[in-house]
Amino acid sequence: MTAQPIYGLMAEFDNPTDLVHAAKGAFAAGYRKMDAYTPYPLEEAAEAIGAHHNRVPLICLIGALLGMIGGYSLEYWVSAINYPINAGGKPFHSWPAFIPVTFECAVLGASLATVFGMLALNGLPQPYHPVFNVPGFTAASRDKFFLCIESQDPRFSLGETRKFLEGYHPHEISEVPH
Amino acid sequence: MGPGQTLGTVTDRIAGIVLTKHTPVFWFMIMALAVAIFGALNTAIAYLLGRGTGIWGINIPVGWGFAIVNFVWWIGIGHAGTLISAILLLFKQSWRTSINRFAEAMTIFAVMQAGLFPLIHTGRPWLAVYWLFPYPNSMGVWPQFRSPLIWDVFAVSTYFTVSFLFWGIGLIPDFANLRDSAKTLGVRRIYGMLAMGWRGSARHWNRYETAYLLLAGLATPLVLSVHSVVSLDFAVSVVPGWHTTFFPPYFVAGAIFSGFAMVLILAIPFRYLYGMQDFITLRHLQNCAKLMLATGMIVAYSYALEMFMGWYSNEKYELAMVHNRLHGPYSLFYFALIFCNIITPQSLWFNKVRSTPWMLFIVSCVVQCGMWLERFVIVVMSLQRDYLPSSWGMYWPTKWDIMTLVGTMGFFTLLFFLFIRFMPAISIFEIRTLLPQSKVKE
Repeated sequence: MTAQPIYGLMAEFDNPTDLVHAAKGAFAAGYRKMDAYTPYPLEEAAEAIGAHHNRVPLICLIGALLGMIGGYSLEYWVSAINYPINAGGKPFHSWPAFIPVTFECAVLGASLATVFGMLALNGLPQPYHPVFNVPGFTAASRDKFFLCIESQDPRFSLGETRKFLEGYHPHEISEVPH
Repeated sequence: MGPGQTLGTVTDRIAGIVLTKHTPVFWFMIMALAVAIFGALNTAIAYLLGRGTGIWGINIPVGWGFAIVNFVWWIGIGHAGTLISAILLLFKQSWRTSINRFAEAMTIFAVMQAGLFPLIHTGRPWLAVYWLFPYPNSMGVWPQFRSPLIWDVFAVSTYFTVSFLFWGIGLIPDFANLRDSAKTLGVRRIYGMLAMGWRGSARHWNRYETAYLLLAGLATPLVLSVHSVVSLDFAVSVVPGWHTTFFPPYFVAGAIFSGFAMVLILAIPFRYLYGMQDFITLRHLQNCAKLMLATGMIVAYSYALEMFMGWYSNEKYELAMVHNRLHGPYSLFYFALIFCNIITPQSLWFNKVRSTPWMLFIVSCVVQCGMWLERFVIVVMSLQRDYLPSSWGMYWPTKWDIMTLVGTMGFFTLLFFLFIRFMPAISIFEIRTLLPQSKVKE
């Protein structure tokens, strides 16, 4: 990986339609290392830059299984092995009574895994990111739509990419310093 | 949503409540009152910890008094928040977007009040840790996993954690918005830290939406399980009036009923005081009212079923229980309950009531009282007269009981108004998706 003088080129659009149009165009032109920035979840934008699937559901499933197995094992070990107490003649391993806690532990494990897995995959918390150096980027959380083609992309070249982006009539194009 | 809103104006309107330099006067007035009542709660708890639970009205035979009544009441209130944020999301009810954020906050704050009661009713909360949670301790003692009380610990603590996560990840993009709109460096730093560097990347949104949907899917069975487990605290015992199989659905319906009443109690003053009629429209209030009516009818059916089961069991203790409800020393409470929870909500059949906020507010307050009475009737009336007439007795709360109950209302109000002041009470990014201009045109 060679050090690039800039992070990428950022194009600003006024509406989601133009952004998705440009993102689709960039994907078709072979750009892969790029990202769209929108003030609300825009499914079409994620589709356009080629982000279809993610691993959050898998992490969720793993969390659920760990929670479920952990919860049930704890109950079994406590009630049948470590601290067996005869309560009303019920068997030490009374599995129907163990279901509620097992269920709650599965939900807890799945939820924690989902949230922290999502944050980890997104690389958050992240104290610094170059895109914030773009003047006017604060509008990405308000009412503007951005497309950034990153300099790491093999097809990236400052002049060519700028010309390419200009073809989609963005509101503004700016270089993103590191 | 009201007409003429754009992506920018919704941001300014909702973020404006938080970022303004001029905190409204009514906010200080409400806070002053809430802090005073919160002080009373602290006093009551301090005295309780000093003297023990003897300061409460509980005794044999009624060992479960206000603490359990209040616990079940508060935890029930929380349920509407999860129903709105999770179940209505799965059913693609986009109107939920305006009210889900503060309904989730309501859930968290209500569960906090609920959690307080099991903690303080032990009288020695610092010892309660090994009674409640399974952790290796020097005595080698473990909790009893066959007991519904321990299921309750897991259900309520999981419910609190998942509600908090759901609320928390919903807030991240809005914190980013506040960070970017903040005018001073200090404010920007605080919201910047809370936003964790969120930049609205499409790849992030993609994972975020998946996580949000998964959490909704997890919270849906969870919310139904929580009040079911709470009801099992009663139903698993053999006390007349508690030992019935229909308790779980009955409790869940009652929880959602009281929860929607609380949503209306909070939403109506909020939209009026902050001028949020464009976002929380009459349609939202009407939908909440309709859900209240529907769950209220389920609750009414459950009351009828309770009576029917007592009669149908043909068991003298169950029959005595029914008789005690209608003619016993607490029958006034029972009839007040019928009035609050069955008769009053019938007014919601009328469009006039559903579309007049002050009428809805009154109905909701009455329902809230009714739901509290329901728990009082269930807890106290079954315990005061069970199998042995020689052990019958009466239960009356002391001033400490009442101070604690009222105190939690102050604590709830305190938390809620702090939330309104410092966090976006309406989900800004989700509101944006409702605007026509947010859609991609072909």
